[in-house]
Formats: sequence, C-alpha cells, structure tokens
Amino acid sequence: MSTPYAKLPAWADYGLIPLINLLVAFVVAGLVVLLIGENPLRAAVILVDGAIGRGQAIAYTLYYATSFIFTGLAVAVAFHCSLFNIGGEGQAYIGGLGVALVCLTFDSVLPWWLTFPLAIAGAALFGAAWAFIPAYFQAKRGSHIVITTIMFNFIAASLMVYLLVEVLKPAGSQAPQTRTFLEGGQLPKLNWMLEAVGLTVRSAPLNVSFLLALVAAFLVWVLIWRTRLGYEIRMRGHSPKAARYAGVSEVRVIIVTMLISGALAGMMALNPVMGDQNRLQIDFVTGAGFVGIAVALMGRSHPAGIVPAAILFGMLYQGGAELAFEMPGISRDMIVIIQGLVILFAGALEHMFRPSLQALFASFSPRAVGAEAKQGESA
Amino acid sequence: MAEAAIELKGISKSFGSVRANRDIDLKIAPGTIHGIIGENGAGKSTLMSILYGFYQADSGEIFVNGERAVIHASSDAIARGIGMVHQHFMLVHNFTVLENVILGAEGEPLLKTSIAKARSELERLERDYGLEVDPDAVIEDLPVGLQQRVEILKALFRGADILILDEPTGVLTPAEAEHLFRILRQLKDEGKTIVLITHKLREIMAVTDNVSVMRQGALVATRKTAETTVEELAELMVGRRVLLRVEKGDAHPGDFILSVKNLTVEDMRGVKMVDDVSLDVRTGEIVGIAGVAGNGQTELLETITGMRKAVSGTVTLDGAPVELTGEADPTDLRRRGMAHVPEDRHNMGLVLPFEENENAILGYHWQDKYVNGPFLDIEAIRRDAQGKIEKYDIRPTDARLKTANFSGGNQQKIVLAREMEQDPKVLIVGQPTRGVDVGAIEFIHKRLIDMRDQGKAVLLVSVELDEIRSLSDRILVMFAGRIVGERGPDATEGELGLLMAGVEEKEAAE
Ligand SMILES: Nc1ncnc2c1ncn2[C@@H]1O[C@H](COP(=O)(O)OP(=O)(O)OP(=O)(O)O)[C@@H](O)[C@H]1O
Ligand SMILES: [Mg+2]
Repeated sequence: MSTPYAKLPAWADYGLIPLINLLVAFVVAGLVVLLIGENPLRAAVILVDGAIGRGQAIAYTLYYATSFIFTGLAVAVAFHCSLFNIGGEGQAYIGGLGVALVCLTFDSVLPWWLTFPLAIAGAALFGAAWAFIPAYFQAKRGSHIVITTIMFNFIAASLMVYLLVEVLKPAGSQAPQTRTFLEGGQLPKLNWMLEAVGLTVRSAPLNVSFLLALVAAFLVWVLIWRTRLGYEIRMRGHSPKAARYAGVSEVRVIIVTMLISGALAGMMALNPVMGDQNRLQIDFVTGAGFVGIAVALMGRSHPAGIVPAAILFGMLYQGGAELAFEMPGISRDMIVIIQGLVILFAGALEHMFRPSLQALFASFSPRAVGAEAKQGESA
Repeated sequence: MAEAAIELKGISKSFGSVRANRDIDLKIAPGTIHGIIGENGAGKSTLMSILYGFYQADSGEIFVNGERAVIHASSDAIARGIGMVHQHFMLVHNFTVLENVILGAEGEPLLKTSIAKARSELERLERDYGLEVDPDAVIEDLPVGLQQRVEILKALFRGADILILDEPTGVLTPAEAEHLFRILRQLKDEGKTIVLITHKLREIMAVTDNVSVMRQGALVATRKTAETTVEELAELMVGRRVLLRVEKGDAHPGDFILSVKNLTVEDMRGVKMVDDVSLDVRTGEIVGIAGVAGNGQTELLETITGMRKAVSGTVTLDGAPVELTGEADPTDLRRRGMAHVPEDRHNMGLVLPFEENENAILGYHWQDKYVNGPFLDIEAIRRDAQGKIEKYDIRPTDARLKTANFSGGNQQKIVLAREMEQDPKVLIVGQPTRGVDVGAIEFIHKRLIDMRDQGKAVLLVSVELDEIRSLSDRILVMFAGRIVGERGPDATEGELGLLMAGVEEKEAAE
C-alpha cells in the first residue's frame, strides 16, 4: 500500500499533468540543444512549424499518428489485462506480410475498396497469430510475456528478411521488397480533406487508414467499457484472484486479449504498406511498435488519451525530421533523444509531479481533493 | 492535569458530498488506551488518517502534547511522535524484520552501520515491551500476529509515543489478540498513549481506559470504560437498541443438498490442508465450521466452491458431482445454485478499483438480464445495483462510486447483497462479519437466518465463536485440517474452545 494519491480534478489529471510533463521534457531537451551550441528557441519554432505549420506538415504528422494510434491501442488493450505487450513491433511487421499477401493476390482483380477489408483482415490475422504464441506460453506455462514478445520481435525481423530476400522479391530485382502493388492494392490519400479546409498539400502519405484508426479507437473504447469481454479483461487486469472467483478463465482471457492486441498492432501495417509505400519492404515499422508503448502510457490506456498522444508523437516525428534538416547541428539522433525525453517524462515519470501538484491543490482548496482510497485500508 | 497527548478541535472532512468527519473535538489523555468505535463508515479511519497526515482536514486544528501541529504528511506525524499500524500491513514481504523496521529510517549513508545500530535498538525495544520477533526472519514466513508486531516495532523504532491501531484484531486469532493486548498494556505502563479502533466491544471493555463513539461523521459520546456497558455503547453507535445475539426459531431441515465425502486438499508444497473431511448440509439449516484461523477452513471453502483442486474425495451439489480435480468452473456452480461469500473480500470477492455496480454483478455478469449479446447492459446493471444498495442499506448510496471508497462494512454488504440476491440453493459464507459494525452484524445475521428459513442450505465458516454459536444449527469444529467434533447449538464456549485447540474428542466430552 502506498501513500494514497489524493484525487485531482479531472482537468488537472488529464490535461495539466501531461502538459507539465511535456513542458519539462522540452525544457530538458532545450538544455541538450543548448549544450551542442544551437538556439533552443529557434529549434522549438522549427519543430512546431515543421509539424503543424503547413498543410503538408499536418498531413505528414497525421500519417505518422495513424501508425501510433494502432500500436498505442494494441499496448493499451493488453495493459487493461495487466499484460505488457512489447511485441507490437514484430506483430506489425508480420501484419505487413498479411497486407502484402492480400494486395499481391487481389490488386489486379479487385478495386481498392474491396481489397481494403481483405487487407484489414489479413493484417489483423497475421498480427494476432504472431501474438498468439507468446500469449499461449504466458497463459499455459507462465512464460513472461515481456520476454517472449521481445524475442518474437527479433524472430519477426529475421523471418521477414528471409521472406523478402528469398521468396517475395521479384526475380531479377536487387531490392529486398515485393513488387509495387497495382491500383487495387493502393489506399486513397486523404489530402483532399485538408485541402477542403483551405490548407495546401503537395503530396503526403496521409491515407484512409487514418479514418480506420479513429474507428478502431472508438471500437476499443466499446470493447473495454461496454462489453462483457472488456469487463472480464479489466477484472483480470485488476485482480486475477477475483477473476478466478468470478469464473473467468485466465487462459482464455489472456489469449483473447493478446489476439486483439496483436490484431491492432498488425493493422498498423496498412498505413505504410498499403497507404504509402505500396509494397512490402524491409523495416517498414521503424519503431512504431515501441512508440505505441509511450503513446499508451501517455494516453492512460484510454482511446480518448491515445489519439492525442499519438498525434503528439506524430508531431515529434514530422517536426523532428524537419528540424534535423534545417539545423545541421542537430542530427536525426538528437530527435530520437528528444522523443526519448518525452517518453521518459510523460510515460515513465508520469507521476513525478503529481504529489507536489496535489499538495498545491490541497493547500488551495482542501475540499476539492478527495482521495483515492488506499487498497484495503479500512476493513 | 497533564496536557492532552492529542487534542483535536473542530476537525471536519468531506469527500464530495460525504461528510466523513464533522466538527470533531477529541482529547486523548497521555498514558491511556483510548478506544474509538462507530458504525462502518462513521469516519474512524478518516479521522485517524487526518491525524497521521494521509488526508488533510478541511478545517480544524490538531494539538500534540499541547502544541499546535500542522500535519501535511506522515513524516510530519512521525516527527511529532505519532505512529500508526494499519489494518493491512505495509511491510515488504521478502525483506527481513530488521530491514523492514529501518526502511525509510536508515539514517546513515551506509546500510551496514545503520543495520548494526538498528539491531541493538530493536533488541532493546523487544526487551522493554515484550515484543519478541526474530529480527532476521523474512516477513512472508511470519504469521499475521507477528507481522503486526513488526508494524508496532516499526512505529516504536521511529520514536512513536502515540500509537494508533486501526482494527488490529480483525485478522488475529483470539490468542494472538490476547497477546497484542498484553503488549498494549505494557506500552501504556511505559507511558505511551494508544488509540485503538475496533468493532469488537468486548475488546473495548477489556483494554481501554476511555472510549469515544462516532456516528455518521460526528463524535457523539466519550465515556470512561469502567462506567459504561456493551449495551450502552452499541446503542450509542447505532442510535437504537441492538440485538447482540439474533433471535431465531428452530430449524426445519429438509434433504441433503451438499455433501462432502473424504475430501483431502494439499497446498503447493504438498502439505495436507484438508484431511479426509466429510460433512453434509441439508436445506433449511445453517452448519457452522468453528476453528482457529488457518486450520484448513479457507481451503475447504475454496475447494467446495471450485477455486482449488482436491487430491481426493467427492463433493455433491444437489445430487450431481462437483468437479474437483480438473478445471473447476465457478460459473457452472453458480448456475447450479451455489453462492459464495469469500473470506477474502478485498482480493477475491471484489475488484476494488471497479465501480460499485460493476462489483454488484461480479461472477454473474453472464446472466441474460445484465447483457445484450456481447454487450453489457449498463442501464440494467446500474439499476440493479441501485436496488441492492437500497435493500441492503449500503452507504453511500452511489452505485457509481469506486468500491475502494466504501468503508469495510459496506464493502461486505456489497458482496452479501450480490450473493444473497441470486436466490441460491446453497450459500457458502466465509467470515461474513469480519470488520463489520454491530448494527450491520445484526442485519447480516438476520438475513442469514432468513435464508435458512426460506429453505436454503448455509455453510458458515467463522473464527468468531459467538457468531458460530448464535447462528449455527449444527457446529463442526476443524483442527489441523480435520473435523474433530460435532456439537449442537447449545455447546458451551469452553467445550468448543477445547476442540478448537485440538484436545481429543473423548477428553473434551468428559
Ligand atoms: N477516499 C474516499 N473517497 C470518497 N469517500 C470516502 C473516501 N474514504 C472514505 N470515504 C467515505 O467516508 C466515510 C467514512 O469512511 P471511513 O473509512 O473513515 O469509515 P470507518 O469508520 O473507518 O468505517 P469502517 O468501520 O467500515 O472501517 C464513508 O462513508 C466512506 O465511504
Ligand atoms: Mg475504517
């Protein structure tokens, strides 16, 4: 039992605290920028401008955000069952295989809107299958899911290299990637949406899978808070003992949760593979699986938090690329450091400022501050 | 007259619309044991949490030894010489006693020197107060009674002169409780001041010098213990006369509905926890299992209710066998009319972070009335919960409040309401009134008798001998995993006590 956290008003809990965390992350990042002799203010302006300054930038930001929404949801669903799925990276990678197989098979015969649902199914199925094996070992043998999903990330990477080089690469090609999908395997872009509100987009990879991500976020909310399965998932997440008492099969709920989580991670592949590159290529996931962990942490495992958190990380990706381009002193690696700081303060150190903020609130208006009861304190 | 060790003036505290403490004035004389009693949710724990710096009062002042004290955090309380022993201990399970005692009070940059210092200090404390524990024992190997002693040592080690104990005997066996009281008396003789919260009026009469009664957030009376009676205290607490022993008519038992034959259960290490137990329960009767905690009652209940595997034996529910060795299915048992109020409500019977209404369907969430296909019928669930809240007088009356924010007795009512409202054929109940106030005990006991009179079979496990004796139509005594005797409801306490202590049947009968 820990010192109970006094409850903060919701706006402070969900708005102020993430904001403070973010500011601190940027201040520390600013210090790093200062250290290498660049002007942190100018860097911040470039970053923000590069992320949301123009229609083009916004489209890119949302493109990245799309991937992070999927992987963030994947991590969050598992979190609700107190499972830490670190395997989003591998599940997304294998999900890409599902997408590619569907597209390669049907792109010449079906229009995109018929290929798309098949590709969604392929992505979800392959991602879920990749999550199934660690889930099975966790449920039946108690092998820790953190370890097994990490291992499966490596196995996925090796498997995909083998498949791309030996099986899927068109004969005579030098690049380890599939052939480019035809029109029937390409998702339409969404740039017209931004143009409709008066922004100009030259060409950006934002595509309809962004809308799918928003739908998925809503469905995850329904799943967790409105279905019997979600109720069982949360039950096991809070108290495995109570779940057993309530007749919830631990094996079943672990496996089902991980299948859903893996399916969501797998669906991330739709965005780059079918929406942008239009072929399956090596390493297309580029860390989105791991960013999903930070997104889920920052979004408190709630879809309404995950979507903005994903957009924030999208901004960091897009603005960061711009920054690396504009400021020669700042390399791509610096951007990774900044992202790391955000993860550190917004995710891992989420609670750092909470106690002092609570004390502050308490001293202003003690009445406003109830308290989260201490587990089992008074019985 | 000496300065009061603690003086509270006008303390108030609200949680939203719940006024947990209203304008409380309380003086606690130094060198005394001061009891605090009150119904569940009366605000006892809240008041003590304010004193210990867990919560901030909305208004009011605290004086410690005559000096005004501003207590914002436990560290402020500790600095003022106030120590607290929580009902659920805050010990690190895989640390030794010594490591736990110095945790957070190491005081030296090097662990080695602080451990050496602490060891001699600990030895002194143990000697002075009769608080023997092996400083090198690992916490998880110690029985609860000793773990509690470690909590007390922790507080004393930090220099506590004023010790608050919140329901310390809830988890203790009678012998352990007796030992605790000896320690408390000794601490008092050494000049320490002790505040004791308990629901057991007997304990109040036995150890306290003064007692204060709280009701609905207010402090309604303070008495010298020597000048009051159990009846008066119960009445002060509840605001009406309380039946301390329920009245019940004769049982009209019917057919056998639950039979346990030669049941043997082992724990993970292969130690026999339940050893060749056979028992039968008929419809329309309450069978009580008496015994000192830890003699296999928990395992027996968990096996019958499908939560634990047996090594051998059979359990029959309404003519059909219960799966004991394979994958038992509690849901199937519920379908067949078995309801289970588990002993451990915090970890098993409830999911504390859930809203009250979510717990009100725990285990029954598959029933048609709560779901629409794969979806939960949120409306129906909340309406259903609200109905139970009213029927069982659960307070506060908010089905959307987080369960952890209900007081202990009300949490227990949430579980009871859920299980009893299923209209089961067989009700298995473990420790139904642990941590529950006298008024609620009366209510729960009446409900259990009602269940019996409606022709349900009730199997009751309790470590409270009074409870067993006043409810049961037949009493079985469990010792070391075996049923060592059966008695009628008129068995004397002494007779049962001997059986519970493992004295052989024949000897006990003499
Ligand atoms: N953190 C909280 N948030 C909201 N309400 C709370 C909180 N803690 C306590 N309460 C409410 O305040 C009232 C007093 O609770 P408290 O725990 O002090 O009771 P208690 O006298 O210790 O009861 P018990 O004997 O059951 O332990 C109850 O109505 C309870 O529901
Ligand atoms: Mg209490």
